[in-house]
Amino acid sequence: MSNAHFEYVLRLGDSSLVLGQRLAEWTGHGPVLEEDIALANLALDLIGQARLLLAHAGTLGAGSGKEARSEDELAMQRDAWDFRNYTICELPNGEPVSHVGSSRDYAFTITRNFLYSAFQVELWRSLEASSDRALAAIAEKSLKESRYHVRHSADWVVRLGDGTEESRRRMRRALELLWPYTNEFFAEDPLESELAAAGIAPRSATLAPGWKRCVESVLEEATLGVPAATPFVSSGKRGVHTEHLGHLLSEMQFLQRTYPGAQW
Amino acid sequence: MDRTEWPLWEVFIRSKQGLDHKHVGSLHAPDAKMAVQMARDVYTRRQEGVSIWVVPSEAITATDPGDKPELFEPMEDKIYRHPTFYKLPKEVDHM
Repeated sequence: MSNAHFEYVLRLGDSSLVLGQRLAEWTGHGPVLEEDIALANLALDLIGQARLLLAHAGTLGAGSGKEARSEDELAMQRDAWDFRNYTICELPNGEPVSHVGSSRDYAFTITRNFLYSAFQVELWRSLEASSDRALAAIAEKSLKESRYHVRHSADWVVRLGDGTEESRRRMRRALELLWPYTNEFFAEDPLESELAAAGIAPRSATLAPGWKRCVESVLEEATLGVPAATPFVSSGKRGVHTEHLGHLLSEMQFLQRTYPGAQW
Repeated sequence: MDRTEWPLWEVFIRSKQGLDHKHVGSLHAPDAKMAVQMARDVYTRRQEGVSIWVVPSEAITATDPGDKPELFEPMEDKIYRHPTFYKLPKEVDHM
């Protein structure tokens, strides 16, 4: 049981960590100074969430006779197949074209932020009632942050969507590419069922209506329309990742792996 | 009008202990709503405040630095304009 609990918290912590890392890649490359700072702030919020979640997860492993693991060890010493983030978080900041080093497209980044943070709002709201009180406390704090993230990205979705021909084209493309990855949020798997039964986590499908309402109303205001549904479900939360995660982790973990336990 | 930059906005922030909004800087933003949001991201990173005002820079009329002598210096040597010569009785002297 505690293993499922541990894995579930890892899903949330890894998603925040990986997305935080992706947004941090924009530092110094933002389209305008104000957005450069905004993205850095968003990344810091996510990394803060990741720290709390991974530190909490680390204490859950202790229940099954294993030693507690630190947040640093969990973040920096695990390999891609041990990560449990939703796939959408690890996608590059632009079109996922694997032969391009670091693809960067603001429409893609902002759309991904919007779709994921809208999900986080539903998730945190629901987790405030979790029987895991530590997780509930993290959810209460993170809800405020995610609400702001939704606001920030939604404003841009509307302005870029209902903007120029070019911004609209790029927004449509980003939506088209990202939409299939949102199915993973609501596709309940045995782990989630187990935790829902224990009152620790919500049933994923119950988060869908609120998310759809928020997303659809913003997309309508942005005159972008909602993409068609697809049966595709990504598998990041089960530890099966795209090739992008490996590259992200090699950059993020390089220092800690080369000099384990280094401090300054 | 040739615009390659977004309009400029002046940002004023009121700190937790404060009554007045202080000018903290400026930023470029496409419209008022974005300006407030960006001000939140750029100027309140370290808990600087609880309230933000943004004003389009072009709405502000300011004095010309070149006019400083005639606008401000005459006040310096007219101490009879200041209320500093009246001694308050001890009972109310806590102002």
